[in-house]
Amino acid sequence: MKVLLDQDSCVASGQCVMAAPDVFDQRDEDGIAVLLDDTPGADAADGVRQAAAICPALAIAVQD
Amino acid sequence: MTTTHEAPLPEYPMTRARGCPFDPPPDLAALQREAPLTRVRLWDGSTPWLVTRYAEQRALLADPRISADVTRPGYPMPAPARERQVDDDGTERRPSLSFILMDDPEHARQRRMVTAAFTVKRVAAMRPAVQTIVDELIDRLLAGPKPVDLVEAFALPVPSLVICQLLGVPYDDHDFFQVNSRTIIRRTATVEERTAAVGALVGYLDELMARKLVEPGDGLLSRLADRIRDGELTRRDAAEMGVLLLIAGHETTANMIALGTLALLEHPDQLDALRTAEDPAVVAAAVEELLRYLHITHNGRRRVALADIQVGDRRVRAGDGLIMANDIGNRDPDAFPEPDRLDLGRDARHHVAFGFGVHQCLGQPLARMELQVVYGTLYRRIPTLRLAAPLDEIPFKHDGSVYGVYELPVTW
Repeated sequence: MKVLLDQDSCVASGQCVMAAPDVFDQRDEDGIAVLLDDTPGADAADGVRQAAAICPALAIAVQD
Repeated sequence: MTTTHEAPLPEYPMTRARGCPFDPPPDLAALQREAPLTRVRLWDGSTPWLVTRYAEQRALLADPRISADVTRPGYPMPAPARERQVDDDGTERRPSLSFILMDDPEHARQRRMVTAAFTVKRVAAMRPAVQTIVDELIDRLLAGPKPVDLVEAFALPVPSLVICQLLGVPYDDHDFFQVNSRTIIRRTATVEERTAAVGALVGYLDELMARKLVEPGDGLLSRLADRIRDGELTRRDAAEMGVLLLIAGHETTANMIALGTLALLEHPDQLDALRTAEDPAVVAAAVEELLRYLHITHNGRRRVALADIQVGDRRVRAGDGLIMANDIGNRDPDAFPEPDRLDLGRDARHHVAFGFGVHQCLGQPLARMELQVVYGTLYRRIPTLRLAAPLDEIPFKHDGSVYGVYELPVTW
């Protein structure tokens, strides 16, 4: 699984961090999401897919 | 603005059915069954689109071709606007409530000045302090007389204390800001009443900001004072942002605490499951389901189209107003099976209670955490909590842009 994150679109809602805390984090200075792991393993797949689905800014894309 | 002389359009907002205080108006559900969007008539005769289905609401709220700019012609006004104000330099002053009524890039620029305070990490660090606030208020409840109004004694103080701490606002002023906030979000408030309340709060925050400029502290207002000093933000914009954060930070969560408690008391089996749950994930899921089911912002999220947009077989034209009725979106059977059933065990995480798109609620991690602490603590500490009045005597906020209860008499 390959994860793509568009930081310019991100609105710092933190939804991805709640859904997949091992894959996403937020910058301390403004809460914009950062990718900790752009090729997460199978155990993180559900959380990442949920993160992509609920991101309010549609800033996360997943390629299988 | 379109005026038609054809069949009368449904009026919006609509009224809830008697005896169903937790359900959106039945007319909304009927419109949702008919079509994803339909024209409705507002108080001023304007006829914006009302979007009722979950998928279309999400798609439109995330669409850059729609605007949240309240000063654009066609924006569906929820109530009479106060008179337009012009600043000294001749520019028009927007109605207050800061960046939620602006578009990018200015919206994003201002929003990013405050997002740091609401990251998941920062909010998690606040959890012990919130737990202490909740525990102390419950201690006081248990030591005091009963029955007691849970709104006044618990639901309002919890989020008010938390947002005061976060912003650096003195909690002693809570009567003042709670009364004015309530006027601003009451949809039956007159133009004069609302203008006066907004003015009072902006003046109050402006004075606080002046103090923060000379005596910097730890709260978020002091960080905004830094921005004023750096020339990134005017004092007026900072004050309006403070008002937005203060109102949004206590009214919504307070209503979720009181209305959520009432909904749980009316669903005792669900309440039992929540009370006895060992896993914090059960409480977290319950918060999501109550957010979905109760959806307290029942005035619709309002936008105006910047371009022609095809939605199913309807064509929204540039300049058309749009209202996303997210309350009925959260009851869309295509997104949530058996949507009218409160089911704390379901996966409701994809609800639109906080909206969607770039304007989605900034404070949602904080709101979630506060509700997790409250729902995870209150019913365990007071397991015999019950209503002290019949349900049909509870005063509901039918006239508010945020739904809830004015009072919740409880005993144990």
